[in-house]
Amino acid sequence: MDVIEIIKVSKDSLMSNKVRSFLTMLGVIIGVAAVILLVSIGEGARTYIHRELGNLGTNILIVVPGKTSAKGGFHPPEASTVRKLIYDDALLIKRRAKHVDDAVPLMFGSAKVKYLNQSRDNSIAGSTETYFSIRNLKVDSGRFITGSEVDAKRKVCILGRTVKRDLFGDKNALGALVSIGDSKYRVVGVMEKKGVTLGIDFDDIVFIPTTAAQELFDTDRLFNITIKVKSASELHEATEEVKQILIKRHAGKEDFTVMSQDEMLGVMNKILNIMTAVLAGIAAISLVVGGIGIMNIMLVSVRERTREIGIRKALGAKNSDILLQFLVESMTLSLIGGTGGILFAGTVSFIIPYFIEFLPTQLELWSIVLAFLFSAAVGIFFGVYPARKASLYDPITALRYE
Amino acid sequence: MISLKDIKKSYVLPKVTVEVLKGIDLEVAEKELVAIMGPSGSGKSTLLHIIGCLDRPTSGTYILHDLDVSLKTDNELAEIRNREIGFVFQSFNLLPRFPAWKNIELPLLYSGVLAKERKQRAMEMLRKVGLSHRAEHYPNELSGGEQQRAAIARALINEPAIILADEPTGNLDSRSGREIIDIFRGLNKEGVTIVLVTHEKEIAEQAARIITIRDGVCQDGCY
Repeated sequence: MDVIEIIKVSKDSLMSNKVRSFLTMLGVIIGVAAVILLVSIGEGARTYIHRELGNLGTNILIVVPGKTSAKGGFHPPEASTVRKLIYDDALLIKRRAKHVDDAVPLMFGSAKVKYLNQSRDNSIAGSTETYFSIRNLKVDSGRFITGSEVDAKRKVCILGRTVKRDLFGDKNALGALVSIGDSKYRVVGVMEKKGVTLGIDFDDIVFIPTTAAQELFDTDRLFNITIKVKSASELHEATEEVKQILIKRHAGKEDFTVMSQDEMLGVMNKILNIMTAVLAGIAAISLVVGGIGIMNIMLVSVRERTREIGIRKALGAKNSDILLQFLVESMTLSLIGGTGGILFAGTVSFIIPYFIEFLPTQLELWSIVLAFLFSAAVGIFFGVYPARKASLYDPITALRYE
Repeated sequence: MISLKDIKKSYVLPKVTVEVLKGIDLEVAEKELVAIMGPSGSGKSTLLHIIGCLDRPTSGTYILHDLDVSLKTDNELAEIRNREIGFVFQSFNLLPRFPAWKNIELPLLYSGVLAKERKQRAMEMLRKVGLSHRAEHYPNELSGGEQQRAAIARALINEPAIILADEPTGNLDSRSGREIIDIFRGLNKEGVTIVLVTHEKEIAEQAARIITIRDGVCQDGCY
């Protein structure tokens, strides 16, 4: 039988029940859109993390105290056996390791920052002069800490944008004295706006020399050592080098962890992949539910058109003609629903970044193709039963049906 | 052309088996116009369905065009219905969602005729039954007589050798009924074999032969 004619016939019958057809399609639309959207959000999150980590500098190793594994599981450091990382560890790495460009001893803590009658509890980062260039941070006015200031434990500070605005408003902050903890620090620079990166608000940090921070927090325990490797190809060698140097200093024990950004990325990728798969799987269930909706409506439609089936059979329609007619109808429902779902998902994923800044969605072709094929399969699978039922009607009984 | 031998048909219901046809022998020659009469429940419609290959007899042989129909598969029966037989029903049985010409071309759809030729032939048939001006009308926009004429056009479109009509005038006023019978007589003159079931004496009298069925057996006119 003429395929074009079958399609026309199913179009006519779907159009004669517009609301019902639309509601049936809605199930598929939602299912397909959910699959595509969730995948696109997952992919967007992945791109976001890649980009943000790139923003924070490349070829970076981070040494933290305690033995943890980036590959899964966390082994809580036993306080007594873990040797802390100290300022000299960083100096030694910088001096000895051939593949390392720079090593920054980083301290982190919080303290009360005060200017005149304005004060706030603030994150304080103690770093050396090269931290800004390693991390791609920039000053908006003034300058960053210098090497001599670090060596001389000079009390100078660089304010993040938010800190500056809260303490100074529109006034000039450069040269002013703010008190951090119990001492006075001179503001030598104000950071450029950076925003929230991987959950850290760089606009809300005050930078001071590591040496000053040791005094402020009254400890020499470092938060981490941030290492800049000379090139991407040397990351592995650099990691080994750093390990050797520190193991020797720590009495032969590897009680620290060297993480590369790639490794962290790998872990996050793994988590994201699982999350995307789980979410897409849940969305796929809704697609199946949509398919059941199609089957339901097709069963009603077959019942309603019993007489039509009888007439067609009396006029010479074979069982296969009837089967095909209803199958095409359910497939039309699911394919139009699938297309609608794709358009809907496309629109929404285009709009999302305008409302949720940090969520750059990314439409994936494979998810579109997959969702579309899946919706077609749903149409066939859930259409076969009603269509087969229709095709097996006895013509006489069907003709008598009122 | 149509030859039935000892045709029996029974329906198995949950508690009883109802024997509707109890052994019918019937011959219809080519180009004949016969009427089947009988009270309701006598089995005349069932007989017509068996002749029309819509239903199979429980036992007995049915030879159509020298072919034993009981040996045919369902698909082959569908093909026979499509090419050899045209049905006309009491309640017209037009598809309400399609305009007249679409209804009429329906049998051609199942014999693989292309769209263009289908429409052309449907229009021809409409002209033949005097409904050219109603081609785009939907069944509910047509009078009973017009609907039945459209149904006859549909039955004729594949140029079948046999027209089977089940109470074709039953839902019509007497004037429209006469018109329909006139169409049948005209067709019969052109050489189409026509079997019509009716319970109206004056309609049946238009036929060359009247077959009377009572309680599933042939009472008269079966040869």
